[in-house]
Amino acid sequence: MHEKTIAELSAGLAAGDYSSVELTSHFLERIEQLDARLNSFITLTPELALEQARAADQRIAAGDAGALTGIPMAHKDIFCTLGVRTSCGSRMLENFISPYDATVVSKLAEAGMVMLGKTNMDEFAMGSSNETSHFGPVRNPWDVERVPGGSSGGSAAAVAARLVPAVTGTDTGGSIRQPAALTGITGLKPTYGRCSRYGMIAFASSLDQAGPMTRTAEDAALILGAMAGFDPRDSTSAERPVDDYAAALDQPVSGLRVGVVREFMHGDLDAGIAASVEAAIAELQRQGAEVVEVSLPNAHLSVPAYYVVAPAECSSNLSRFDGVRFGHRCEDPKDLEDLYKRSRSEGFSSEVKRRIMIGTYALSAGYYDAYYLKAQQIRQLIAEDFRRAFADCDVIVAPTTPGTAFPLGEKGDDPVSMYLQDIFTIAVNLAGLPAISIPAPAVNGLPVGFQIIGDQFQEGRLLNVAHRIQIETDWHQQVPEGF
Amino acid sequence: MQWETVIGLEIHTQLATHSKIFSGSSTAFGAEPNTQANLVDLGMPGVLPVLNRKAVEYAVRFGRAIDAHVAERSVFARKNYFYPDLPKGYQISQFELPIVGKGCVEIVLEDGEVKTVGVTRAHLEEDAGKSLHEDFHGMTGIDLNRAGTPLLEIVSEPDMRSAREAIAYARKIHQIVTYLGICDGNMQEGSFRCDANVSVRPKGQAEFGTRAELKNINSFRFLERAINYEVERQIELIEDGGKVVQETRLYDANRDETRSMRSKEEANDYRYFPDPDLLPVVIDQAFMDAVSADMPELPDARRTRFQEAFGLSAYDANGLTATRATADYFEAVSAATGDAKLAANWVMGELAAALNKEGLEIERSPVDAAALAGLLLRIRDNTISGKIAKQVFEAMWSGQGSADELIEAKGLKQITDSGAIEALVDEVLAANPEQVENYRNADPAKRPKMIGFFVGQVMKKSQGKANPQQVNELLRGKLD
Repeated sequence: MHEKTIAELSAGLAAGDYSSVELTSHFLERIEQLDARLNSFITLTPELALEQARAADQRIAAGDAGALTGIPMAHKDIFCTLGVRTSCGSRMLENFISPYDATVVSKLAEAGMVMLGKTNMDEFAMGSSNETSHFGPVRNPWDVERVPGGSSGGSAAAVAARLVPAVTGTDTGGSIRQPAALTGITGLKPTYGRCSRYGMIAFASSLDQAGPMTRTAEDAALILGAMAGFDPRDSTSAERPVDDYAAALDQPVSGLRVGVVREFMHGDLDAGIAASVEAAIAELQRQGAEVVEVSLPNAHLSVPAYYVVAPAECSSNLSRFDGVRFGHRCEDPKDLEDLYKRSRSEGFSSEVKRRIMIGTYALSAGYYDAYYLKAQQIRQLIAEDFRRAFADCDVIVAPTTPGTAFPLGEKGDDPVSMYLQDIFTIAVNLAGLPAISIPAPAVNGLPVGFQIIGDQFQEGRLLNVAHRIQIETDWHQQVPEGF
Repeated sequence: MQWETVIGLEIHTQLATHSKIFSGSSTAFGAEPNTQANLVDLGMPGVLPVLNRKAVEYAVRFGRAIDAHVAERSVFARKNYFYPDLPKGYQISQFELPIVGKGCVEIVLEDGEVKTVGVTRAHLEEDAGKSLHEDFHGMTGIDLNRAGTPLLEIVSEPDMRSAREAIAYARKIHQIVTYLGICDGNMQEGSFRCDANVSVRPKGQAEFGTRAELKNINSFRFLERAINYEVERQIELIEDGGKVVQETRLYDANRDETRSMRSKEEANDYRYFPDPDLLPVVIDQAFMDAVSADMPELPDARRTRFQEAFGLSAYDANGLTATRATADYFEAVSAATGDAKLAANWVMGELAAALNKEGLEIERSPVDAAALAGLLLRIRDNTISGKIAKQVFEAMWSGQGSADELIEAKGLKQITDSGAIEALVDEVLAANPEQVENYRNADPAKRPKMIGFFVGQVMKKSQGKANPQQVNELLRGKLD
């Protein structure tokens, strides 16, 4: 059953081939058997899952089921889940039981999905290797000595290892797409504002966006359809109807103008990655798409701009973790100052502290104009680059990452090299655009991600293009050995 | 050396919205601690603010009232600092782009001179919670009921030159916001809080002196005292060769002094930046038009109208429009009785005296407008005299019943039956033959004065209930 896609599982449930309880039990058993090798889950909720599965079976029996009813899934541990620990991968929230559900969580629950648990992640979503988690690193099912990427590394590893058909992720600078690329799955980062951020623990509010991580674009279309939508609780969510993503999947791509970014495909790009991306582009051409060259002249400024904006926002967002109302509190504080200092020093680990420090500095009096304001101006330039490029093409394609999965510990001492993992993904977040990463041909047995970027609210188009590639290729059907 | 005082005020007005500025919690005062704090007010992980439209409307209303520029686009910013009663570790406020820009108000000084005071800006922000230091045995309790209550912070130019001017300005702003219905103006409950920036400089000097910011002032009286204390302190300090340092000072009403709270060196760097959780506030023409259509009458306009429509004196019109509640009270009495002058006399006279005696605001008057109107109607229809009415009013004040009930129960109804009055007159004349004799022998010019004796006797006999006019007429008929 774990080999099937959501669309297939849904048909099986409807036909009565198996029940949601059976399906749920099956995936719970797989997690039990296999996750010790990956550490992709922080918390499992088997009892809750079986209860939801029973309710789903009743809905199916009553003829009240949608495409997602009874399908097992998991949430990245950044989404607040009522009555269930929501740790955000941090010691700070190790014992935090959320008193409410995030909007995305309640939407998927209403669709009848069954939550198996909460997946591992870089602490507060800060990292590109899933090594900063308080709950230990996640391993890549393709090679357990390598990282799965981050920050949604647990989500990616769990889907790649067929431990669960779909998991939610969040993407601030590439946190859905980069781990999707490194583990050979499909990960979609929607337009900023397409999914509600309510109940998603904030890292960088102007960049954070929730999205689905699945095996196929078709599955991603189903999940996004249920996740997306305006939320009166999130002022930055978009007040526009949600497209029927599944209905648009099959459209032919003949005549589609595919923009290849000149600045990304230059000589420095790893030859293996380049060849793999070329193969994906060739597949689109084979189906009648037209390739055009586009330019993003300011894209090289995206990493530095990001590493001002994101830390600045996080330095403020993480202030609420002060040991006063919830989360980690130090033992026997001497006074208020001591309570703050020790609770935060003990609760956050070094990468989070580093970003709080950078962000605090960037917002300080006398530096604000030089850093934060400048970075915001660069954002405008990058958004403008994309606007210009989309005048000449329908979608933009690029590698998702500069390389394949790297060994655990390799970049631990070198934050800048870690930050460069996101060189192809960050510009998209800065411009608030949607982008999807799907598997391209593997290099040396390791997955490679092919990124398709769209203009605002063009998720339907991205899923359509990704699906057209997937129905003609088997790059997304590769299974890591032993899973 | 001659010194000049320079004062600017920062006034925090709590906006009278039912719910908080960024959450649906109630803003009602006085609930059990933390019963009016929801997930958003508690700053739980993952929650987001959603702006209360009413708070924006109220801010725009204020902007219109002081002829200020209302920003087509204003931006909420985060003011970052750690404090236990600030749940998110930042306060959502407005910094570079406030909703209300430059405006001004006019104040009337004691000598009648009119002075214009500039308003630099007014911006929307959320209030913090409260730290409770009593009853927690060395620990601090946190009450987040107030966290997220909408505030409009109104910042003046440093245009005031004395404590008196500062009070006049503060009262004017108080009058405006209560007239607008955007703030209940209650200083004890903290709905209207003044911080004063005070400095002194040698007379004639152009540059400002170093200022101190005075906080914790919860009445106009204390505002005056705090400023006067601070001015003296600064002058003494400078004359003794010292220097004023820029700092925040707390006013202690019990000791009538200001004390240093924190100096600029230890001041926070608030690291303001636009709040990415909130969209810029865009005020379009339709919004402005809707607010304009909804503007209540302002004090100056109401005062003029009272003079013109009711023929009241400038003094009465001023007194009756001092607060919106007084003006509303007066207008209700006036409308119910159809006699504006009678209503004005009673509201400014008997009622004001009674309120003043007990230190009550008109909103808490035991005799409400309808009740007072009920009494005045009985004067109008001659059921009772003005004198008896004062007696009835006292009984009404102490809660003994309505005017009609009291008049009935105490038998205060005026005697207008001429037969009954004539009988009393006859009794009085019969009992005082000497005075009758004297009257009749007196110079007619002196008689009007002398008749007072008989009137008094008749009124006394009637326990004040006889219609004085009728008594007069009957007496004159029988004596002359």
